[in-house]
Amino acid sequence: MSERRSKSFYLLATFFLAYVLFLYGPMFAIFVLSFQGPEGGLTFPMNGVSLHWFYKVFSGGGIVDIGASFKRSLSLGLLVTVLTVVLSVGAGMAFRRKFIGATVLFYTAIASLIMPSIITSLGIALEFRLIDDLINHFGPEYHWSWAENWTTAMGLYTSGLGAHLTWTLPFGLLIMFAIFNRFDHRLEEAARDLGASHWQVFWHVILPLILPSVVGIGLFGFTLSWDELARSSQAIGSVNTLPLELQGLTTTVTKPDIYALGTLTTAVSIVVIISALLIIRFLQKRQARFGSDAGQGMV
Amino acid sequence: MMLVFGLFFLLPLVLVVIVSAWDYNEYEMLPGFSFRGYTDTFEGCLSDWPNICTIFKTYLKTLKLCFITWVLTLGIGFTLAYFLAFHVRSITWQITLSLICTIPFWTSNVIRMIAWIPLLGRNGVVNQGLMSIGAIHEPLEWLLFSEFAVILAFVHLFTFFMVVPIFNSMIRIDRSLIEAATDAGASSWQTLINVIIPLAKPGIVIGSIFVITIVMGDFVTIGVMGGQQIASAGKIIETRLNALQFPAAAANAVILLGATIMIIMGLSRLVDIRKEL
Repeated sequence: MSERRSKSFYLLATFFLAYVLFLYGPMFAIFVLSFQGPEGGLTFPMNGVSLHWFYKVFSGGGIVDIGASFKRSLSLGLLVTVLTVVLSVGAGMAFRRKFIGATVLFYTAIASLIMPSIITSLGIALEFRLIDDLINHFGPEYHWSWAENWTTAMGLYTSGLGAHLTWTLPFGLLIMFAIFNRFDHRLEEAARDLGASHWQVFWHVILPLILPSVVGIGLFGFTLSWDELARSSQAIGSVNTLPLELQGLTTTVTKPDIYALGTLTTAVSIVVIISALLIIRFLQKRQARFGSDAGQGMV
Repeated sequence: MMLVFGLFFLLPLVLVVIVSAWDYNEYEMLPGFSFRGYTDTFEGCLSDWPNICTIFKTYLKTLKLCFITWVLTLGIGFTLAYFLAFHVRSITWQITLSLICTIPFWTSNVIRMIAWIPLLGRNGVVNQGLMSIGAIHEPLEWLLFSEFAVILAFVHLFTFFMVVPIFNSMIRIDRSLIEAATDAGASSWQTLINVIIPLAKPGIVIGSIFVITIVMGDFVTIGVMGGQQIASAGKIIETRLNALQFPAAAANAVILLGATIMIIMGLSRLVDIRKEL
């Protein structure tokens, strides 16, 4: 590397800029277009500026029940976030020592990450169909009262939740690996030397140190679940999450309300990201203030 | 965690394989051994020989899409990672620039696909622009709902999956190696080919695995951007499912899985994933 910025720097910087434009350009187009006037169509030019289409989304006129799927996605996302954080931290702690099945678990997580989503989705759908068949078959035989009017075990919080977890957990686990790769082991050794129990070490030393990154896991968990589509497609049962509704709308809707909806969901993502980043910053600041130089090793 | 994976990942996979060898009729699956899922899938492959049958055509098309996407994302991803790793000097800038690239990744893929409509549509920005400067007289029809649109969307959505692992490999390269190469008289081009690319290979492989597996199994992007007209390996499964032909869908899933595993095995020969994380 030469000391002065070479010609290739500017060439590459231009390339990078072009990529960023490519990345953001289309998004800005729909943000702008979602403020289209009531007469406006799906493309430029704008026919006046209004909040007409946002109003239409909220009033439910025209589109299927968006509010309900919005709430469904939100509550499922929150549940997925909590489970992802708890399970990832647990597994991350476990992976710091060797344990039986560690390699298997690791490769399973990687496989789950790169498995084409439709296969996972199909598998879960089959699994729950078979469960239903079994219950319908054995229910009458053994006089299980709860099985009498059985419809399906498939649903948002069973198969749908499972489908989302196969997607968020590998990310959580990989982030935990990244955290503990840079973790300063002397800190917990010091705590142990001072007589702290395992639980105290975890609660008073490890957790506060990794907390910013744990918020990051939560952030990933929520946004991945919030936007997840392919894995939910077959495994969600009779109701739809927001991305599924959106996908359905692409083929039927010819008005800018779909852009308004897109702008809204993106806004939710951005609010979540920003609040997560703020929490992370706050935690890091607090570490810097109260924790002497202990937090310096963490980014 | 193992329980979750077992219940929602491993068991479903096993069931896919089992059910793929079941029989079926118009509306339900019938337990019992049968290769009908497979024979239906390959229908016409023998009788129409040497013409290529539908399933092979579909897979060839999927592989073609996959290959083009792979080349483009690799080229663009490598260049971006190279810029970030070697030309951006301060860590703050590296983080800021990566964050800028990551933010769109956190919004819905469907929305990022829809976003192309106002640009590429019949009355979209591109067509209007080209017509106003007189380059074309009729709007271009192939911009949206075509293979071009599908590939464009893939590149748009997944290039960053390539950037992250390659960047990760690149920042681990010892700078003194590059200095040594320069001192030994290598041009920057030679350094790139002989030093940086071999050392960044793990990242390249991991990124490639990501992109290829996503594209191989994709049915959403192809559906939306292809106007539900283009067939692909993932789309077959979806179509079969909508027709409630579960064993046939499962058979297709097994075939897709086999194809994907072969590609991954070929790639992972080149690198040990566990060591890189």
